[in-house]
Amino acid sequence: MSPDRMPSDRDPLITGIGLITCLGEGEEAHLAALDSFVPIVDVTTFAPYPVHPMTALALDTQIPKRGDQRQMEPWQRIGVYAAGLALDQAKVKGDTALLERMDMIVAAGGGERDYAVDAAILAAMPKADDPDVYLNEHLLSDLRPTLFLAQLSNLLAGNISIVHGVIGSSRTFMGEEASGADALRIACARIQAGQSEICLAGGSFNAQRPDTFLHHAMGHALRRGGHAPVWARQAEGGGAILGSVGCFLVIESRAHALARGVIPKACIAGIETDRCGRAPGEAAASAARQAAALGNASAVISGASGAARATAEEREFLDRLGLPVRAVASAIGHSLEPSFPAAVALAAMSIARRKLFPPLEPAEAPFEGQLAGLLVTSWGMWRGEATALVTPA
Amino acid sequence: MPDTDHLGRPTVAITGTGIITSLGQGQQKNWRALTAGVSGIHRITRFPVAGMRTTIAGTIDFIPVADPSAPAFAQRLAELVVAEALAESGVDRPGDFPGPLFMALPPVEIEWPQRSALAAASSVNDGLSYTDLIRAAESGHFEPWYERFLFGSVGEALATRFGTKGSPIATSTACASGGTAIQLGVEAIRRGECEAALVVGTDASVNPESLIRFSLLSALSTRNDPPSSAARPFSKDRDGFVMAEGAGALVLESLAHARARGAAILGILEGCGEAADGFHRTRSSPDGKPIVSCMQRALADAGLSPDAIGYVNAHGTGTPENDRMEYVGIAAVFGERVSSLPVSSNKSMIGHTLTAAGVVEAIFTLYTIRNGLLPPTINYDIPDPALPVDCVPNSARAAKVSHAISNSFGFGGQNVCIVVGAEPS
Repeated sequence: MSPDRMPSDRDPLITGIGLITCLGEGEEAHLAALDSFVPIVDVTTFAPYPVHPMTALALDTQIPKRGDQRQMEPWQRIGVYAAGLALDQAKVKGDTALLERMDMIVAAGGGERDYAVDAAILAAMPKADDPDVYLNEHLLSDLRPTLFLAQLSNLLAGNISIVHGVIGSSRTFMGEEASGADALRIACARIQAGQSEICLAGGSFNAQRPDTFLHHAMGHALRRGGHAPVWARQAEGGGAILGSVGCFLVIESRAHALARGVIPKACIAGIETDRCGRAPGEAAASAARQAAALGNASAVISGASGAARATAEEREFLDRLGLPVRAVASAIGHSLEPSFPAAVALAAMSIARRKLFPPLEPAEAPFEGQLAGLLVTSWGMWRGEATALVTPA
Repeated sequence: MPDTDHLGRPTVAITGTGIITSLGQGQQKNWRALTAGVSGIHRITRFPVAGMRTTIAGTIDFIPVADPSAPAFAQRLAELVVAEALAESGVDRPGDFPGPLFMALPPVEIEWPQRSALAAASSVNDGLSYTDLIRAAESGHFEPWYERFLFGSVGEALATRFGTKGSPIATSTACASGGTAIQLGVEAIRRGECEAALVVGTDASVNPESLIRFSLLSALSTRNDPPSSAARPFSKDRDGFVMAEGAGALVLESLAHARARGAAILGILEGCGEAADGFHRTRSSPDGKPIVSCMQRALADAGLSPDAIGYVNAHGTGTPENDRMEYVGIAAVFGERVSSLPVSSNKSMIGHTLTAAGVVEAIFTLYTIRNGLLPPTINYDIPDPALPVDCVPNSARAAKVSHAISNSFGFGGQNVCIVVGAEPS
């Protein structure tokens, strides 16, 4: 709760956090890793681009059927796994009656290519008598029929329904960082308005994909070389370091959480999302409006991607705000769709223990005080600005 | 009719619609063709179809698009239908829509023409790999494609052009996406977040790979000749759906707001229902429970009993599985009325507009009510005795309908139903 607001039955509380990143799995692992931060980066697989790789997952613990595992590509497995962790912590897992009325909003990109098939077709097409016909024939004969289902954006949600039984409703949002922010915003707005009692919201991102690097290489917004934290990186031209992330939150009304007797981690006191054309100063003005609408906080969890222009403008905005800042992409990388849910998750973990983790680089100020509230920012690499206020439950 | 509904929420009015399908552009052209039983399905000419099992679709070939790609087409169609809907509604000053944008969009990815260009730019002849493509992508000539193939690009373009407020939301719930987008708009108005919402469903993704992907799942009709005969919902010899393109836009507005500005109210968006299905990635629960729940939830949301519904705009894809399960669901919800309740499928004529279908068909449902004319299910030559529905076979029929339900079901266990009602008398 924000200190200046009275608790309400309709407050959206976080009662389950499922987070998997390069730092590990779950709350304890993340807080421990952030308390004594050491970067975990793979600089060779996609050189010259570094990437924060997904921690090793014991898939059987969350996706027991091998058949289900086989039907998914990594981005879906990451998401289904993280969703399972969130359901576990919220004590919802296996409660069929509750799962049947549980809502779900997933932020998703698209699925993975068959890289070998693509490369073989691209190599042979120009030499074929009729390249278009060659393409038809080889897509027909070489694509796995079920690959489509591992690619469709809404099939992360579909797999969560199948594996974990969340079937009250299922919505998938697309649109990079903004989709993750809007997934949480709509989940909270529905709960506050009485349109929903409990919702699983979040997303997943597999950074360790050649097609992802192909897309982002066209935009020239990625960091090359080794790891450097988000703010320090800017002196060297900036750029995002992508990270594989799965993050889901169980969000429910205070009344619903109380009735179930679960211990909430934190309250999402407010979320603001917007867009602008990114003329100089526009995003900062938008972020300033959002922060003003949300109220006071002790510190900021910044979702800054590292992408040069947006990150420089956010830095100036945060300096004016004057609060201690932690840019969590330094530790878990930038993950587009789930980047905002993951930043909110780390904020909620910090709020739950009333203590902020130490600076991740010299540019960040220490904060030893009692946390009353954390602002969470997300500026998309290209578009979209979002801010949340996370407070004690 | 009061400004609030049976639960005290703001009543949601429809004040503008815009539509493009393979039947043509605009309300009049579409409605005339749809009620004349005209098919928009034809042989694909956009790309060579040699070697394909399915060679037909409802592509939209009459709208030129520069630097074509699925998102570029989808965006262009959306621009046109939104312009039509806004002109009808009169709710906005140009470029300043007074509310949020909710879109049903197909997933986006780099396509074969782009991949081929990158491969050519790599100058690698043998042993080409993604590493080579990435090196080529870095060269700097491909930056426009970075933005074009971001998932947020269509929404950004529409939000800029029409001046919608806030963060545009693009939803994908497969073939139920349009229904989800409508539901998001209805909920936002009911929460009091806005007085108006712009809802768009758009899909123009008929390209070789998407056609082949659906073909590999055995979802498509292979009855290529004549193309107009391929989509046969509820017929015994139905053999799959026909991919198609289309777009629809709806201006949703609180009834109070629409009345205050003296707007013509076209109809009421009375209710929405959704239910997910955890049975299988492409098949429905054999008991039809999620489909039944979905329709029941939509009716409850609208505050109506099944008896109040005079017409069902079916999902009606023409796949053996969908039509059977949809019949099971309708029979469970409507009981004995299942044999007399008109249930027709627009897809028999326009094909399956996929992501856009939920919006396109909600709009046709509205026109059905407004015109008192039920669009037919064409190609209904051999009734399936297992599905004894009144599918309004082969020719349109006059009927007074006050409330109708539009169904949308999709891969991944997605189900959304929308209830549309007549304008207040």
